[in-house]
Amino acid sequence: MLTVNIHYQHPTSTAQLAQANYRATFTVAAGQCLGIMGPSGAGKTTLLHAIAGLLNPTAGEILVHGTVWYDGTRAIHLAPHQRPVGVVFQEGRLFPHLSIEQNLRYGMPRRATPTISLHEVIDILAIKALLQRTPSQLSGGERQRVALGRALLRQPQILLMDEPLSGLDAALKQQVLPYIQQVIQRFSMPTIYVSHAQDEIARVADQVRVMDHGVLGQARPVIAKDD
Amino acid sequence: MTTTHSWILSPAELTIIWLSIKVAIFCVLILCLPALFTAWLLAKKSFIGKSLLDAIVHLPMVLPPVVLGYGLLILLGRKGWLGSWLYTHWQVQFTFHWTGAVIASAVMAYPLMVRAIRQALLQVDPKLEQAAQTLGANPVRVFFSITLPLSSHGLLTGGILAFSRSLGEFGATITFAGNLEGETRTLPLAIYSLTQSPDGDAAALRLVVFSILLSVCALLLSQWCERGLLNRHR
Repeated sequence: MLTVNIHYQHPTSTAQLAQANYRATFTVAAGQCLGIMGPSGAGKTTLLHAIAGLLNPTAGEILVHGTVWYDGTRAIHLAPHQRPVGVVFQEGRLFPHLSIEQNLRYGMPRRATPTISLHEVIDILAIKALLQRTPSQLSGGERQRVALGRALLRQPQILLMDEPLSGLDAALKQQVLPYIQQVIQRFSMPTIYVSHAQDEIARVADQVRVMDHGVLGQARPVIAKDD
Repeated sequence: MTTTHSWILSPAELTIIWLSIKVAIFCVLILCLPALFTAWLLAKKSFIGKSLLDAIVHLPMVLPPVVLGYGLLILLGRKGWLGSWLYTHWQVQFTFHWTGAVIASAVMAYPLMVRAIRQALLQVDPKLEQAAQTLGANPVRVFFSITLPLSSHGLLTGGILAFSRSLGEFGATITFAGNLEGETRTLPLAIYSLTQSPDGDAAALRLVVFSILLSVCALLLSQWCERGLLNRHR
């Protein structure tokens, strides 16, 4: 279970910084997917960055399966590399100097036996034919599938997806969405899916919250979830 | 009456060329780590005194080389602040020794190398470094697996620029290391010495031509390697 109760500030806009003091409180159970919507600049990406440890909230706490990742009162702030989190970024962010296989293996633990294996991920995401290519040789949809696979091979306890399909056209979105649905169902970890697109949220999320003016609203059921 | 030049290098000239190449190679080798560290500090970190450090790093580009050579003499000369201690305790002496020429070249080439690496480090997308962090990489691994490979063209360019700068270094070397044949007389010093000698024109011309060829080769190699690395990372 992911429990988040934090205050944080938007780091990119100096003008907004004086006024903007965002806050978010929610829990996501294992196997559930929370969809977050909201206008640009509402702080959705910043919220994911705060959970992943890429920025420091101003107060509050983040717990994952009972382990404290952040606690403002006790000055606990795990570094990003210490948090078992899978993040799929909007632009994929594949490493251009590595092959697809090297990208996939990058976050795999070296000592422990992985719960999620490379072969499993390759099968689920149908990326076997891409392994020896480089990121520049992939289409947008293929890149996002590899990014999703790479995040899963980190053996995360939670999965964060930040508008993973926003750079794709409608046809490619339809190709990639089933993979995301399958991953969420198969690995049963708390997942947050940020998007502008209501249809995407409806396909992957169990509940949806809207972020507006820095405040994350109440949970609403998703109207039409595609099975 | 016509004068004919022989283009065959004499053993003494070959010694000069070999010494120059040796000095340039060692100059690049000793600069690699300090230049990389300084470039990383300037490109990736914010700290008090960053502008001052930036200015100090670039001083050799604006100061007359003779001034720097004199500064090195005060610091590392046999009677210098640090040099006297090194000589007393370790019998280490840089003046009139090829290692002195390496140090003089390195000081002059340092800002060029730092600038090249810094530019390359700034071109590395910080979002990729963030992605690596979320994949469990600690800052050291992020640097060696993402930042450094993606900026390797800068390290290469910096190295070749430093190599070329070392080949051309004159003022600081002659002031600090001296102009000792077979020990510190590198190409520019040898050319200067030959032009002061009544029968040195032919040898000076040969060394000038060789210097130009060497420098052009280094710059072409730099461009070729940089293009290759950039294409590989696209």
